[in-house]
Amino acid sequence: MTARPQHPLPSLSADRAEALLGQVHALTADELNWLAGYAAGMAAARRAEPASLAPRAIAPTAAPPVAARPPITVLYGTHTGTSRGLAERLARRLTDGGATARLIRASDYDPRDLARERTLFIVVATHGDGDPADDTRALHDFVLGRRAPTLPELRFAVLGLGDSSYPKFCHVARLLDDRLAALGGRRLQPRGECDLDVDAVAGPWLDGATAAGLAEATPARGEGVVIPLHPPGPIVDEPAANGAAATRARPALATVLVSQPITAQGARKRVRHLELAIDEASLGYQPGDALAVWPVNPPTLVAEVIAAIGGAADAPVSRDGQERPLAAWLGDALELTRLHRPFLIAHAARAADPTSALAAALAADAPADALAALVASHQVIDVLQRFPAAWTAAELVGALRPLGPRSYSIASSLRACPGEAHLTVAQVEDVRAGQRRVGAASDFLARVGDGDPIRAFIEPNPAFRLPADDADIVMIGPGTGVAPFRGFVQDREATGARGRSWLVFGEQHRRSQFLYQLEWQRALARGVLTRLDVAFSRDQPHKVYVQDRLAEHGAELFAWLEGGAHLYLCGDARHMAPAVEATLIAVARRHGALDADGGADWLAALRAGGRYHRDVY
Amino acid sequence: MSTPPPDPDPRPLTAVEHIKAGSDGLRGTLRASLAAPLTGALAPDDTHLLKFHGSYQQDDRDLREERRQQKLEPDYQFMIRTRLPGGVCTPAQWLALDELAGRFGNGTLRLTTRQAFQLHGVIKGDLQPTLAAINAALLDTIAACGDVNRNVMCNPDPAATALHAQVFPWAVRLSEHLLPRTRAYHEIWLGEERVAGGEPEPEPIYGRSFLPRKFKTAFAVPPSNDVDVLAHDLGFIAIADGDRLLGFDVSVGGGMGATHGDPTTYPRVADVIGFCTPEQLLAVAEQVVLIQRDHGDRRERKHARLKYTIAHRGLAWFTDELTRRLGWALAPARPYAFDHSGDRFGWARGADDRWRVTLHLDSGRVTDPPWPGVGPRLRTGLRELARIHRGELRLTPNQNLIVTGITDDARPAIEAVLAAHGLDGFRARRPARLHALACVALPTCGLAMAEAERALPAFADRLDDLLVAHGLAGQRLHLRITGCPNGCARPYLAEVALIGKGPGRYNLMLGGDQAGTRLAHLVRDNADEPTILALLDGLLGQYAAGRTANEAFGDYVVRTGAA
Repeated sequence: MTARPQHPLPSLSADRAEALLGQVHALTADELNWLAGYAAGMAAARRAEPASLAPRAIAPTAAPPVAARPPITVLYGTHTGTSRGLAERLARRLTDGGATARLIRASDYDPRDLARERTLFIVVATHGDGDPADDTRALHDFVLGRRAPTLPELRFAVLGLGDSSYPKFCHVARLLDDRLAALGGRRLQPRGECDLDVDAVAGPWLDGATAAGLAEATPARGEGVVIPLHPPGPIVDEPAANGAAATRARPALATVLVSQPITAQGARKRVRHLELAIDEASLGYQPGDALAVWPVNPPTLVAEVIAAIGGAADAPVSRDGQERPLAAWLGDALELTRLHRPFLIAHAARAADPTSALAAALAADAPADALAALVASHQVIDVLQRFPAAWTAAELVGALRPLGPRSYSIASSLRACPGEAHLTVAQVEDVRAGQRRVGAASDFLARVGDGDPIRAFIEPNPAFRLPADDADIVMIGPGTGVAPFRGFVQDREATGARGRSWLVFGEQHRRSQFLYQLEWQRALARGVLTRLDVAFSRDQPHKVYVQDRLAEHGAELFAWLEGGAHLYLCGDARHMAPAVEATLIAVARRHGALDADGGADWLAALRAGGRYHRDVY
Repeated sequence: MSTPPPDPDPRPLTAVEHIKAGSDGLRGTLRASLAAPLTGALAPDDTHLLKFHGSYQQDDRDLREERRQQKLEPDYQFMIRTRLPGGVCTPAQWLALDELAGRFGNGTLRLTTRQAFQLHGVIKGDLQPTLAAINAALLDTIAACGDVNRNVMCNPDPAATALHAQVFPWAVRLSEHLLPRTRAYHEIWLGEERVAGGEPEPEPIYGRSFLPRKFKTAFAVPPSNDVDVLAHDLGFIAIADGDRLLGFDVSVGGGMGATHGDPTTYPRVADVIGFCTPEQLLAVAEQVVLIQRDHGDRRERKHARLKYTIAHRGLAWFTDELTRRLGWALAPARPYAFDHSGDRFGWARGADDRWRVTLHLDSGRVTDPPWPGVGPRLRTGLRELARIHRGELRLTPNQNLIVTGITDDARPAIEAVLAAHGLDGFRARRPARLHALACVALPTCGLAMAEAERALPAFADRLDDLLVAHGLAGQRLHLRITGCPNGCARPYLAEVALIGKGPGRYNLMLGGDQAGTRLAHLVRDNADEPTILALLDGLLGQYAAGRTANEAFGDYVVRTGAA
């Protein structure tokens, strides 16, 4: 245990010192190095300005036009530690020479920062048959991928480490070096390629890099600026009503950049992460908004339905004055995976067996939940197969209800991911009577591949917005309910918001279903996320849910909320949301010494005061 | 005690030295690490301390890249290794470990080259219950890994049963004599309350920083050198007069590990420095450990084994220092002779009229096939055997298993279990595969650069095919494969060694002897399997034509300089 030091300056209040040091203690060594350089640059600038001790956010929005040397970034990717040692030497020599250098392991580096780098050194190892070290993969994939930005401002140099007894000697360094140059970067010196006898090449390369880096870091008079990690990107306000924004009727096309399962082997529920390229004029959004997607029904399901009525895929069918082939109607215009009562009535009227379970469920004296149970457990194809009935193609097309869009809370922030919207999609699937049945949209989103277009529009969610930068937030998001909070945390990091952030997440198993685990771990390490509590229901003999964690930490939760924090709840409306609300009321009663009505009133007041936001479904 | 002179070595201590010294008797922050809910891993410093408790943090490397894309941390899991001096256990202990392998592990048991059990694939939340259950089976994992004296090996199968009965207890006593004294293990895993006061227990042998590096000890009973006694930091070679144990020749400074591309690291065969009586053994061992504690290199872990201390300062310095510390000198070494370092498979009858049977297990892995019917059901079979067996089970240094103490009456039932589950593979298996060793390597070992255990059966079979093709069927050949140069399967003593360099690529070393007394030499760097097999094909052809009577392949290669 290290004791927290006494704060050194009388001008710094105890509260502020506490808050500041709390953040600082959460940083990694690399981040501390960066912060030291950043702060030194700011301090140098302040000395040139009228003295001011007013708190300043590191936030780029508040970034003062200060004169400082541009920071130099030294990245390393390593397996055995040799690259790290060389990178440390370089960073130390640059710092000793008066430059501001930040030293970052490739796995701790957000590749999106590349576009903002001015001077970059990379020390990177190659393994086996030309493979990057594990910590370098993300950087490697980004730089070589098609999302890599042009880098006209970049000055860089690359040092590779490898073993020349392998065929692809220093392959990773060569790839990165060539690619950075192709993207517009200018080499400060030629690539170095170290064999097992590392110092023979590394020594001269480090000398050259130090000299070049120090030269770059010496600003021409008046040119120096602090380059924030995340300057504000272009961002739209509420979609303008001038017709540019996509609508339900006139969706815009988004294309798939990434479609990636984010649950592992052994997960009982599969979840997929999608990154879509969007046009911000038509699909601009704010954190908390949803993206509505027009799905396309599974082709196999369309074929099954056509077979079930003995139809022909290309048979022309008219509906609403429009003539299209049967398969087209069933593919993208009509619901096949959700039933509704009018269709069932129409089907029962055509069905051969008037005593079937379907007829019973539709009978006037049927139990109230009989029809709901049937609808919940059947799709159109199940009804067609289980309760045989005579349909013509035209009749079926006329009886099915129009296909509707499906909404997903957006899991990104445009400030962090310009031109992109990310989704967190639970795969809706089960096996009914030996047949695999899927949800139309989650299956569609699992089918679409790189570059495939998706028809979509934004559903604004003005009641689910981030508060002012200095307000605290508590985010309760089990399962895919965590999606909007990924956007929140990205946004708060990009804006440098000062308010604290507390996330409560839950799923079944940590090992396979901890959605965005690596991102949360990094957000905590960076201090962007203040606190994370998790409930993995099936990792111990007794089940534990998010509400149990809220109760466990009730005193602190109540203190946050009484201190002005905003509360957000996202996810399942049937079981989770009522359980969480009951717990919130119990927490208020216990820690606020309220009676039963008082607890409910407290929650109602929180909501009326605009500090309790829900997005449940 | 006088003040030590100022340390002239300008190099800083390694990070691990600071972690050990500041660990509060190996406690560190292990409790907090185990409880931390956001990760399946321990805090980095605690991963070093966990080794002293008998476990390594690992992850499934086959899944690393997939999980990174899934935005999940690596699939962290733990290997748990027992302390099992001489490899001797009871059927009840076997059953307990088998049950834990199914409940908390990956469904397999592994017998190691140091005669211990390993469980693989235990996740963080199951570590404490697993270790507590191992303890309940009257086993422990203390000091099975870490910078301490590791599991003490002992020949488990002397032809003379009576001699084993005299040697084996010394292996157990030495193992216990060199255990750490800290109660951290009992507090963290077994729920023992810490005695008030808070100061860590004194460690009279290890001190606050333990040893600079791991320390390995073995007991050989000639003519068998199955323990590869000269591969260890400290060795004891039993010297007997008939069935009566007289004492031990003492060997020091053996070790296998090396680092690719670093000529300052190398495997080394131990030196035999004298003879001691059984009563002198604990004192000799303790002083050897203390010399290494005080003089081993704590500034470079690659140079921190006893073999480097002796190589740098000289053997004469070492024996003088030992004599000084003991206050007396070892007697001159007595003669002994090893025949080979392999196991003696199949049935044999001991002097006590009991039977024993030595079973072959590829790389020591005890597993059932992933799908029924595609291979022998070794785990099920050995579980059945343990249920009916009334004698002992002994793990061999070659990763095999000896079932001992079988009466005439019990033999038919044991035979039936072996036949029913494919445990009688030793009858049909050909020599290269039968005598081969391999370390775990991929996917769980963090050091592995290439496959070892998973590549062994196919490679050994190809080598056996070559022996047949050259008219050498039945010729004994010692093959060892490791996934890295660290040397867990003692490859540098093999006649044919493959040492992993990268995916599908190995350094080929040839020329060890079957008695385990001579190092192999590098023949081909960074070669793939087809290249290695082609090279061996040619050499075996020369060997078949040019060998002298009873000449082994390794001896032929060295005598003729063929490679």
